[in-house]
Amino acid sequence: MRTAREYVNPVIENLPPSGIRRFFDLVANTKGVISLGVGEPDFVTPWHIREACFYGLERGYTMYTSNFGMPELRKEISSFVEKNYEVAYEPLEETLVTVGASEAVDLAMRALLVAGEEVLVPEPCYVSYAPTVTMAGGIPIQVPTYVEDDFQLTSKALEAKVTDKTKLLVLCYPNNPTGAIMARDELLEIARFVEKHDLLVLADEIYADMTYEGKHQCFAALPGMRDRTILINGFSKNYAMTGWRIGYACGHAEFIAQMTKIHQYTILCAPIMGQMAALEALKNGQSEKERMLIEYDQRRRFVVGRFNQIGLHCFTPRGAFYAFPSIKATGLTSEEFCEKLLKEEQVAVVPGNAFGTSGEGFIRVSYASSMANLTAALDRIEAFVQRYKG
Amino acid sequence: MCLTEKKRILEILQKDCRLSIEQIALMLGLESKQVEKAIQELEEERVILKYAALINWEKIEDEVVTAMIDVKVVPQRDVGFDQVAERIYRYPEVKSLCLMSGGYDLSVLIEGKSMKQVALFVAEKLAVLEHVQSTATHFVLKKYKSDGVIFEDQAEDHRLKVSP
Repeated sequence: MRTAREYVNPVIENLPPSGIRRFFDLVANTKGVISLGVGEPDFVTPWHIREACFYGLERGYTMYTSNFGMPELRKEISSFVEKNYEVAYEPLEETLVTVGASEAVDLAMRALLVAGEEVLVPEPCYVSYAPTVTMAGGIPIQVPTYVEDDFQLTSKALEAKVTDKTKLLVLCYPNNPTGAIMARDELLEIARFVEKHDLLVLADEIYADMTYEGKHQCFAALPGMRDRTILINGFSKNYAMTGWRIGYACGHAEFIAQMTKIHQYTILCAPIMGQMAALEALKNGQSEKERMLIEYDQRRRFVVGRFNQIGLHCFTPRGAFYAFPSIKATGLTSEEFCEKLLKEEQVAVVPGNAFGTSGEGFIRVSYASSMANLTAALDRIEAFVQRYKG
Repeated sequence: MCLTEKKRILEILQKDCRLSIEQIALMLGLESKQVEKAIQELEEERVILKYAALINWEKIEDEVVTAMIDVKVVPQRDVGFDQVAERIYRYPEVKSLCLMSGGYDLSVLIEGKSMKQVALFVAEKLAVLEHVQSTATHFVLKKYKSDGVIFEDQAEDHRLKVSP
């Protein structure tokens, strides 16, 4: 028999382990840590949503649903998307309920990509896009974004990377890890680029409801972009429902039909308990969502203000719940900074390069944490920076 | 400063009045001086009445007795319920007092060291007041939640320490 590793598909074996994984182990072995490294809300799912799930279970809702997801839920999703993001999808043919937005990303890559086709992935970004492209046989092409542009994507950067093999562009705004958003005018420039090169767009807008200075602009709502875009969203961040694993994809009926094929053979359907909860979230979750947003906004201002006081330049994030300050003033690399900060001050933040090479020189700080934690953590970071800043 | 900003300051203080003026200023994107002035005004206007801790006394004291007393009152010409209400709320034993709609008029919250002490207060001070028609005393057996805080809730963070 060969060694176990020799049986493994080399494509999978060669996937780099997530940069966060290694750091996670370090943090897990340190005591008394205040962690600002968490990519999920610190709020528990609002009670009315949890209660709706209990009620569903009591009434015996424990079975499979349609592959696409409960029709009632898809109708609510469709009208929510139309009302809030100003783009209309037919609920029963253009909407698919998935196991978290992550599954939707994977389905889109697998349904669209042919081996060797290239996907433009702006970085820094969430860790899943490039691996899902690779697993689908595609080739991820990094497109760096820069703090000088407020981490917004420019058509210039895209033009430098586009080839005749390019099929798809990934857009994730509001962005994890930078907190950057893109306004309508900037997105129109991207839309022109997309049309010019006849591309499709995977728009992961999971943080769409978490913008702080103005409303989110949905990419699919731009002229001509609806049928070129697979819009992905979910309930994890805006309704504090990460563990429920409910997301959705909206797009042209043909794309959704092909994605649903993969979904039906591999997943069958998203869990009904989560779907019942998601339905309640859409019907009655607005006020709790707004309450959480007000709190995030206060923490955002506090954290950004403190970093700038400390002398670590922090551009103003306008979405999600992350700040992405530069740590270049300390002369340390992102990983050195994070490891030393963890060891010396017991504060966990994530090195920016875990989200792509253009994240080097930055750290991701999640402000999904209580004011007491944020205050203490920033005091510790201040002491740390004073030691290292020349 | 606009009313919305003042309301935000109040909401923040109501949740945690130990945050410093500088912290609140950062949270709201205001100058420290503005926040300081607003808080001073709110104190002077008696919008902010005091800064207090919410305490679960049951964990410290062997016996704390709380009773809610429904009081029926004959309202008086010109002053309505206010005069008899004042006669009641001036007693330091009375922790809160509200005028109610429905089956009775005043809801009185009393704290004492023992049931007997509370019962005697009702019998000797409250029930005998002029214009008080009747009283019904309900003793509190257990407090689950007060001022929006669940007493037994452990604020534990179950999240993974680091996640993408």
